[in-house]
Amino acid sequence: MLNLTPKEVSQRSALRINPAKTCQPIGAMYAALGIHKCLPHSHGSQGCCSYHRMQLTRHFKDPVMASTSSFTEGASVFGGGSNLKTAIKNIFTIYDPEIIAVHTTCLSETIGDDLKTIILQSEVPEGKFVIHANTPSYVGSHITGFSGMVKGMVDYLSVNSGKPNGKITVIPGFISPGDMKEIKRLLLSMGLSFIMLPDTSGVLDSPMTGEFNMYPKGGTKIEEIVDAGNSYHTLALGKFASAAGAISLEKKCKVPLSVLRTPIGIDATDQFLMALSKLTGKDIPDYIEEERGQLVDLMLDSHHYLHDKKVAIFGDPDTVTAMTEFVLSLGMIPKYVLTGTPGDGFNAEVEEMLKNAGVKGSTVKNAGDLFELHQWMKNEPVDLLMGNTHGKYVARAENVPFVRFGFPILDRYAHHYLPATGYMGAIRLVEMITNAILDKMDRECAEEDFELVM
Amino acid sequence: MKKVVERALEKYPAKVFKSRKEHIIIKENEDEVPEITANTRTIPGIITNRGCCYAGCKGVVLGPIKDMVHIVHGPIGCSYYAWGTRRNKAKVIDGEKNFLEYCFSTDMQESDIVFGGEKKLRQAIKEAVELFNPKAITISATCPVGLIGDDINAVAAEAQKLYGIQVLAFSCEGYKGVSQSAGHHIANNNLMKHVIGIGDMKPKKYSINILGEYNIGGDGWEIKRVLDKIGYNIIAIMTGDGSYEDIKNAHKADVNLVQCHRSINYIAEMIETKYGIPWIKANFIGVKSTIETLRYLANYFGDDMLIEKTEEVIKEELADIEGQMEYYKEKLQGRTAFLYVGGSRSHHYQELLKDLGVETIISGYEFAHRDDYEGREVISTIKTDADNKNIEEIKVEKDEKNYRVILSKERYEKLKKEIPLSYYGGIIKAMNKNSVIIDDLNHYETEEFIKILKPDMFFSGIKDKYVVQKMGVMSKQLHSYDYSGPYAGFKGALVFARDVAAGVYTPAWKYVTPPWKTEPMIEGTLEEEGEAC
Repeated sequence: MLNLTPKEVSQRSALRINPAKTCQPIGAMYAALGIHKCLPHSHGSQGCCSYHRMQLTRHFKDPVMASTSSFTEGASVFGGGSNLKTAIKNIFTIYDPEIIAVHTTCLSETIGDDLKTIILQSEVPEGKFVIHANTPSYVGSHITGFSGMVKGMVDYLSVNSGKPNGKITVIPGFISPGDMKEIKRLLLSMGLSFIMLPDTSGVLDSPMTGEFNMYPKGGTKIEEIVDAGNSYHTLALGKFASAAGAISLEKKCKVPLSVLRTPIGIDATDQFLMALSKLTGKDIPDYIEEERGQLVDLMLDSHHYLHDKKVAIFGDPDTVTAMTEFVLSLGMIPKYVLTGTPGDGFNAEVEEMLKNAGVKGSTVKNAGDLFELHQWMKNEPVDLLMGNTHGKYVARAENVPFVRFGFPILDRYAHHYLPATGYMGAIRLVEMITNAILDKMDRECAEEDFELVM
Repeated sequence: MKKVVERALEKYPAKVFKSRKEHIIIKENEDEVPEITANTRTIPGIITNRGCCYAGCKGVVLGPIKDMVHIVHGPIGCSYYAWGTRRNKAKVIDGEKNFLEYCFSTDMQESDIVFGGEKKLRQAIKEAVELFNPKAITISATCPVGLIGDDINAVAAEAQKLYGIQVLAFSCEGYKGVSQSAGHHIANNNLMKHVIGIGDMKPKKYSINILGEYNIGGDGWEIKRVLDKIGYNIIAIMTGDGSYEDIKNAHKADVNLVQCHRSINYIAEMIETKYGIPWIKANFIGVKSTIETLRYLANYFGDDMLIEKTEEVIKEELADIEGQMEYYKEKLQGRTAFLYVGGSRSHHYQELLKDLGVETIISGYEFAHRDDYEGREVISTIKTDADNKNIEEIKVEKDEKNYRVILSKERYEKLKKEIPLSYYGGIIKAMNKNSVIIDDLNHYETEEFIKILKPDMFFSGIKDKYVVQKMGVMSKQLHSYDYSGPYAGFKGALVFARDVAAGVYTPAWKYVTPPWKTEPMIEGTLEEEGEAC
């Protein structure tokens, strides 16, 4: 496995190998699926759209709908305006969404299609909407695309009508439907009125009923996105994925904002709940405190398998940052922390965390890739690898226990129903981490060392 | 049926209706081959299943060649999505290199779009050479590359000189043509121009190539197992588990077997013109088709030993699977299927389904051309439209040094009557009366036709799998085989039969409707509580 990866790390300035990111539009497509009765639309050649639908479907094992402008060579040279106008007409007639959320690709961005103007010139039926976000694939990553589409929703739709709704707007970031559901449960547990934007729960984790519903029950309703302008505060969870939308909502509708870490692990969940409590004056209910206590109980029960274990974590910046904080709280050492998404803020935040925990000698990198991470692991091995499915090759090559975490997970089932966020998500993560470590001990220890009780 | 189809399409805007009805035909009579419109541009917003030229070139044809470094010149997505997602399996042979676990990209950034990406591409090639010392490198272009005018051919030529290895550039920008198909053609052209024919191995007796076989789930290995057993020597498989070294020697074979006509017929034709090697349309999907193909091949060589050995192997292989195939046939007999795959499997799998007593009532291709539907006899009548005319057509000449007359003219003509020699009859002829054939099927039509024709099973890809499963219809992927396989050859047929039966008989179907929706639930109501409210 990965036999051609040399131990010796050489500097690469041009050749990207085994990336730890993908491109913007898939993030925008995911965000758009978090709007109720929305059809995401990819303004580019159709390969992108098929690839993005494919990847999301493989992760969620659920239908992922989106349309495309299907550029031909002619459109690529002379502009894709008529392709988009034709598409908009066809989509409303045939598929009847409430809203079309258009994103772009490297093709339409390179030729410079003016989406705002094209949309203004399009036939949009009464009461229906077309919004857009520019998502050039050669900038940032899929997280940037998610962030851009959330901003697009706010810029097109949110309005401050001067009638405060007493709600808090939560931008959950690039996390799974299971996570969004868990965050909503926490908000409900405190008795809060809220708008979650976007929200893919009920869309990409839809039940089997015997009927296909092109626009499933879930998703943030358009009127909620509009009404987000009247909320009293925005919580942006994860600065890479969510801050831009929240800042836009502040600029446009004067809604104040706080940027918090994605609530993965005990510290980030504490911060999230405390922020809610401080903002609203509501108490954190007993049963949530009980969940926290269970988590701490579990952390103590299992600590002897985790303490001082070295971990390599890779994935998307917001979730990797929070996961790093969590493994520190478990007494583990985040030896390598890597994201494919560019942005110096990542390094600063993680390094600060490591410093505060007194951890030295770790490597933190943004805009890195799995090839390099693997090379680091060859030079100084770790006890655990955490990341998306692509990590399984490294895990097998180096015989390292592996916990699937983040996006995409293409080779396991049910993960998208279950949270990694909140205390319940943290409990699930501790279970996954200890299972991975204990399974390896069981598999590899001498027979005389095989234990019944662990 | 025609009326039913028209009613299904009524919702379309006039222009869409006019276009789509040309892509949907009904085979009204047994021996009729109606004309279909295919390989035209996709209607914007229709929710097509199609991919792009890059996917056809790099993803399908080049990607499986295991010992070449395939660098994708573009932003990260294109290479990322083609990384490990098609299950073209490959084995590492001692001392050889296998790059299939890797994904190589120039990861273009904004500055590369503004100032051009040639410099970065040059550097990426340098880094690939230094890190991996590969035998050869391919460069695949993506959408923005053509627009900003990066000259990947010049960069490749320069690198080839500099490093003394072949560096091939493929201008397979995603917007070229109308589908993956353009990419197949572009990949074929360059492999023919630069790789096939440069090897100098000494061929053994009964040498063959298998063209258009990508070893999905190990299909190619299962085919090879049987062919090896009979006594053939496979020089190259294009391109599943394929190697650069083998493809160089493809011109040394005595015959080409063409499994996927759409993706590789260009090379099959060009090899025949240039080196005199005829091709036979093969189908190793299905027990009867596999047997038929093996007999065609034995007949082609006309060698008694081969013919005898072929029958012996068929007998042996059948003995291994017959009982179990019969068992699954009993379980599946009489059911109907809907097939919608890329450019060849919709036809091939009908034969395997027939083996299991399943009738295909509706089928279609994403990106096949009229010849794949109607047969190669219509090729001269196919018009190239504006969207396809920029795909390079290359002409090859007879290679005076390497051209061989393998079959005499008389034998060629005689064989042509007995076996599909340099001929493919297309999908329509294989289908029953009243079946529906749809080109570039979209989401709306998928839903409509499932509702109208109510097939028992649906075979397609990942994007529509769960749509159809949610509708309550068993749905299996015929691109990725739902991570199973092989499905080819004798043993593959059995794996397929087992997978289909599992899909049909899994108990979960019985749980779709909750029991409280079908049983009366009046007994034991909590009346007191009700009153208390």
